[in-house]
Amino acid sequence: MAKQRESTFANMVIVLFLVSAIAATALAFVYQKTKDPIAKAKLEKKKKAIKNVVNDFDNNPIEDMFKIPVEGGDSVECYPAEKDGKIVGYAIKTFSKKGFSGLISVMIGFDPDGHIHKTAVLEHHETPGLGDKMQRSKSTFSNQFDNMDVPNIPDKDNDGIVVEVTKDQGTVDAITAATISSRAFCDATERAYNAFKKIKKSD
Amino acid sequence: MSKLKIFTKGFFAENAVFVMLLGLCPTLGTTTSAINGLGMGLATTFVLVMSNIVVSLVKRQIPDKVRIPSFIVIIASFVTIVELLMQAYVPDLYDVLGLFIPLIVVNCIILGRAEAFASKNNVIDSILDGLGMGLGFAMALTMLGAIREILGSGSIFNISIYKGDGALVFVLAPGAFIVLGYLIALINKLTKKV
Repeated sequence: MAKQRESTFANMVIVLFLVSAIAATALAFVYQKTKDPIAKAKLEKKKKAIKNVVNDFDNNPIEDMFKIPVEGGDSVECYPAEKDGKIVGYAIKTFSKKGFSGLISVMIGFDPDGHIHKTAVLEHHETPGLGDKMQRSKSTFSNQFDNMDVPNIPDKDNDGIVVEVTKDQGTVDAITAATISSRAFCDATERAYNAFKKIKKSD
Repeated sequence: MSKLKIFTKGFFAENAVFVMLLGLCPTLGTTTSAINGLGMGLATTFVLVMSNIVVSLVKRQIPDKVRIPSFIVIIASFVTIVELLMQAYVPDLYDVLGLFIPLIVVNCIILGRAEAFASKNNVIDSILDGLGMGLGFAMALTMLGAIREILGSGSIFNISIYKGDGALVFVLAPGAFIVLGYLIALINKLTKKV
């Protein structure tokens, strides 16, 4: 068996260099190989979310995407869904920074008259078991938003915000023990609705 | 040590979580449900086996004084590879575990096995050691995750068992400590250490 290499200065430099160089090469190789599948997986997820939240369409909403500026210098992505050349809804990728931990990204589908068709959570970092109940698979919380008639929700406390949890004089029942996450979800919905109003105005 | 013993010691006699109490950060952090625990355990097993193989192959070429940095680079590379592969081919699992994958690098089990076992033994033994330790770790995480999921969310592997919300504390951090404590006590009782 070969003897253990001595810890001379030259040996250490050479070995560390070789180890790093091989590791870097291997990583570059894997990155190249996985770059396309990763981009594809992300796109698939977005496509699936759009399909889930709006009516049947026959155009390519990803290609027709446009951005709408919202308050704070940010913007939301809007994916128009068309069938036979007529708009059947808008999927709006909105967000909220009011979550319990980090950004929440939600896809909200609007019918042309302002009803919410369906919603889908794209990304969140809420507490597993509490805030993550905003996901459709985990609780009935998000069902409240299906077919929500946003333009006709009364603004009880006159603060200009209509999509709110009941604690804030709104109509949405918050998730038990996850009011912050529920508020964030409402915040994202409200932002999407404001963007939707802007689209309507420009039409 | 026989080959079988090298493989099986990771499950009970030297279980990383229950006996050696190593790698507790991912253990407590990721086990909010059985599937999360299993996924994290298997990802760790993969990294552990791969790094054990490489370390045992190059152990004679690496001077003693730079062995820790070299091992860390090797381990970090495999973790990054796992992260990229998961992102590309199992995006659903990545959504759940993504945050924790980079933490595998600092999981002391992996560096510990590289240092304590792979750098002193041959490739076959190192693979067995990595498999045994990794699967033992995955088993511990799955048990912990399953118990927390049953008590906290009323389901197991996302299949609902009873209606209702369960005891929230078990989903949160304190529940992890409570369940882990009782599990360690139980294992010690079974292996007649107390």
